[in-house]
Amino acid sequence: MDNDLHDIALTVNGAAYNGRVESRLLLSDFLRHDLKLAGTHVGCEHGVCGACTVLLDGEPVRSCLMLAVQANGHAISTIEGLASPAGDYTPLQQAMHDHHGLQCGYCTPGILMTMTAFLDEHASPSEDEVREALSGNLCRCTGYQNIVDAVMTAASRMRG
Amino acid sequence: MSTRSFGQPVKRNEDRKLLTGQALFVDDVELPGMLHVAFLRSQVAHARIVGIDVSKALQRPGVIAAWTAADLGAYWRHGPLLVPPPPIPGTIFHERTQVPLAKDKVRHVGEPLVMVVAESRYIAEDALDDIDVELEALDAVVDLERALEASSARVHDDLDSNVSAHVHQSKGNYVAAAAKAHCILKRRFLYEHGISSPIETRGVVANWDARASQMTIWDTTQAPVFVRNGLAAMLGLNERNVRVVAPFVGGGFGPKIMMFYPEEVLLPWASMRLNRPLKWIEDRLEHFFATTHERGQIHDAEIAIAADGRILGVKDMFLHDGGAYDPYGLTVPINSQCTLLGPYVIANYDSTFTQVFTNLPIVTPYRGAGRQHGVFVIERLLDLAAHELGIDRAEIRRINLIPPEAFPYNNEIIYQDFAPLSYDSGNYEPVLDMALEAIGYAGFKAAQAEARAQGRYIGLGLACYVEGTGIGPYEGAKVQVQSNGKVSIATGIGTQGQGHFTVFAQIAAEQLGVAVTDIDVVTGDTDQFYWGAGTFASRGAVVAGNAVNEAAKVVRQKALKLAGELFECSEDDLVLENGKVSITGVPGQFITLGDLAGRANPMRGAVKPGTEPGLEATQYFGPPSGATANGVHAMIVEMDPRTFDLKILKYVVVHDCGTVINPMILAGQIHGGVAQGIGNAFFEKLAWDDQGQLLNASLADYLLPTSLDVPRMELSHTVTPSPLNPMGIKGAGEAGAIPVGPLFAQAIEDALDLPSRGIELLEIPLSPSRLYELTRKGERS
Repeated sequence: MDNDLHDIALTVNGAAYNGRVESRLLLSDFLRHDLKLAGTHVGCEHGVCGACTVLLDGEPVRSCLMLAVQANGHAISTIEGLASPAGDYTPLQQAMHDHHGLQCGYCTPGILMTMTAFLDEHASPSEDEVREALSGNLCRCTGYQNIVDAVMTAASRMRG
Repeated sequence: MSTRSFGQPVKRNEDRKLLTGQALFVDDVELPGMLHVAFLRSQVAHARIVGIDVSKALQRPGVIAAWTAADLGAYWRHGPLLVPPPPIPGTIFHERTQVPLAKDKVRHVGEPLVMVVAESRYIAEDALDDIDVELEALDAVVDLERALEASSARVHDDLDSNVSAHVHQSKGNYVAAAAKAHCILKRRFLYEHGISSPIETRGVVANWDARASQMTIWDTTQAPVFVRNGLAAMLGLNERNVRVVAPFVGGGFGPKIMMFYPEEVLLPWASMRLNRPLKWIEDRLEHFFATTHERGQIHDAEIAIAADGRILGVKDMFLHDGGAYDPYGLTVPINSQCTLLGPYVIANYDSTFTQVFTNLPIVTPYRGAGRQHGVFVIERLLDLAAHELGIDRAEIRRINLIPPEAFPYNNEIIYQDFAPLSYDSGNYEPVLDMALEAIGYAGFKAAQAEARAQGRYIGLGLACYVEGTGIGPYEGAKVQVQSNGKVSIATGIGTQGQGHFTVFAQIAAEQLGVAVTDIDVVTGDTDQFYWGAGTFASRGAVVAGNAVNEAAKVVRQKALKLAGELFECSEDDLVLENGKVSITGVPGQFITLGDLAGRANPMRGAVKPGTEPGLEATQYFGPPSGATANGVHAMIVEMDPRTFDLKILKYVVVHDCGTVINPMILAGQIHGGVAQGIGNAFFEKLAWDDQGQLLNASLADYLLPTSLDVPRMELSHTVTPSPLNPMGIKGAGEAGAIPVGPLFAQAIEDALDLPSRGIELLEIPLSPSRLYELTRKGERS
């Protein structure tokens, strides 16, 4: 049995975590089951569905395709860190609520993280750009239309 | 009423938890001392089990147990027949239901052989590689027609063929009608439906608390009450000692309802044996085999048509792939058989089907549940007839629509709910007209010619359908006003994203005059509501929704009666709104619902005999039969004639599902259904080899539609209320998905002018590569 263990230190949503993990432990499992941050969801574990997307130093990554040890020394952001401590939504969360951009909500964490990073870099996206950016996240419930509308609305509100 | 929300696009109560990562899904359940389960599954579709040796696995540190069928003793038994066949005279049905772990023989790839329990999922999966399995491979039964040949291998050795069921239904006299036909068109149609592939796979957590004699099961099921009752019986426990919780469930679409999946049976048993909580979460590869599919049918169908385009009759014989076991009875092929009749007057119908056992995973309903197959056949037959007779495709549909004065319209044959197929209400022609108007039908031919002159290939598709929804038997709901003034609703159905937390609140808000946000809905927890059937057949809003309405009405009466006694006035002088009961015309004289609830549960004093405490009521609703929704989809596509790349330029849905509770949530249901229909029509094909191996068992190879593939949809609605329930609701969950196959076939034919080249698209799915093959073949012939 492999039991090579590694000490890692990272931040998640700004809070420092130290952990001792097996080299093979997926980042998604570390977040969900070691840190009990179960808001990040696992849909396929082969990097296609995008549900497990988190931000690594601000960039979207699939936490099912990363090992926890690879996150050592990095800053991770997850869905739990989006709303303010008082519970105020980000513009994207608010727009997803307003436009009915989620049904079962299982793919939603990955979509929020992917599109949060997208909106950071695209203040005035076209619908085609939004659809392209969203195309790595599978949703089986919504048909995407309301998610696209939510992202466009969030961009508009963020522009003020 | 100032708080009126019924019929409004009210935003969802459930969103906050889902948008902030705080919703509980099954894999989020963490319990002290929890063990993890992995299954060794057959990699062969059909084989005799010669031997299984788990001894090496048991030596691996961290492995707690490795059990085979032999270890289950008397607990090993076949699953129940979840849905018996409807009472159709002459029906043949051979019940062969699934087992928890394969014994003697495996009958499809993915059938579980060994259950491994370990300290972590990683160790449990490692241990699967330690197990030695010796299988003697047999010929696999994959092809539906070859399965019925005398020389075929048999999925079940004790049967003399691979026939699972054989059903004949008819109305009128097809032979006599055909004799009078102007022409008879006969074709073979192939329709394959794929896997539902929710983004959350299945999962089960079981926790036996020996001291409390309490079994708690978190399960991604759509039918928690049935699972509770069934498992209690199997485990030898009282139903009161078993709690099944279907928490937030990440999409279901049909396959998350089964009785039982092996994992549902095995985890509770193992938890009792080990006295530890256990978790199993299906991985995506397992999902392709371990969760049920819908798959394919082969139809040999003919239409007898008059010179003016009227349908005189339809005859159909089809084969239905049932998979290795048939626990779901005949629901899928019966839906195909019934829904083929569509919104049309078809006086003479003769339909026979054979459900075939194959060495492939079990087939159960997936959104549409066989309706797609039937709709494809009738819509394609009408297209062929229109072409043959030189009649416009919209016109041939129009002249055959059931007229509004003909409702209730009795189609005579027996439906999946055991009742004769009867359409409760409908007004079909305006729906067709609205769709033609919205898609720009009148001007399309000119636009098409203009585009063609520019070298662009655009085509239009148009398809009509009905959907039997909202079937019985019943659902119930408990509505309770709490002393803080908030209202709680509990119902037995499960929820997988349909917005139940909001629409049920809207229904109760209408009766109780409280804000939707002050109503808390609990679904899918058998300790919160004891009775129910489940979420399937587009029935949640219809059946559970009406139960909520009835219960809320009783609570309203109780509140008014109590307030009338308090104010010593007639109930007619009271008004219930904004969370309080006031006396009409006496400003400032009111009592809040919360205070009334407190008074309804007094600490001291005598209450009148027969008085029930609290502002609470439980009511049940069961419709006599299903409510029939209808719709028309229309779309314009642009095709690349060389690569068969397809772009949807416009997509229109006009739909009638009776009274609308929440148009925003309804639109979401339609959008998602259409997206799944597009996947079915153009992307999703389970690719089996002749030995029953799935060649594309990953989401990288089995393509689900993405945001680049699903177009913006334009929706509109007409409202023809159902007379079968007080609110006039019809179901809408499957409507988006049903007619998309024939829509694609027709639009692609139109864009590429295939009929004039003698090429007919008679199958689904139609991927670019399949279109290449079909058009090449057509040109050669």
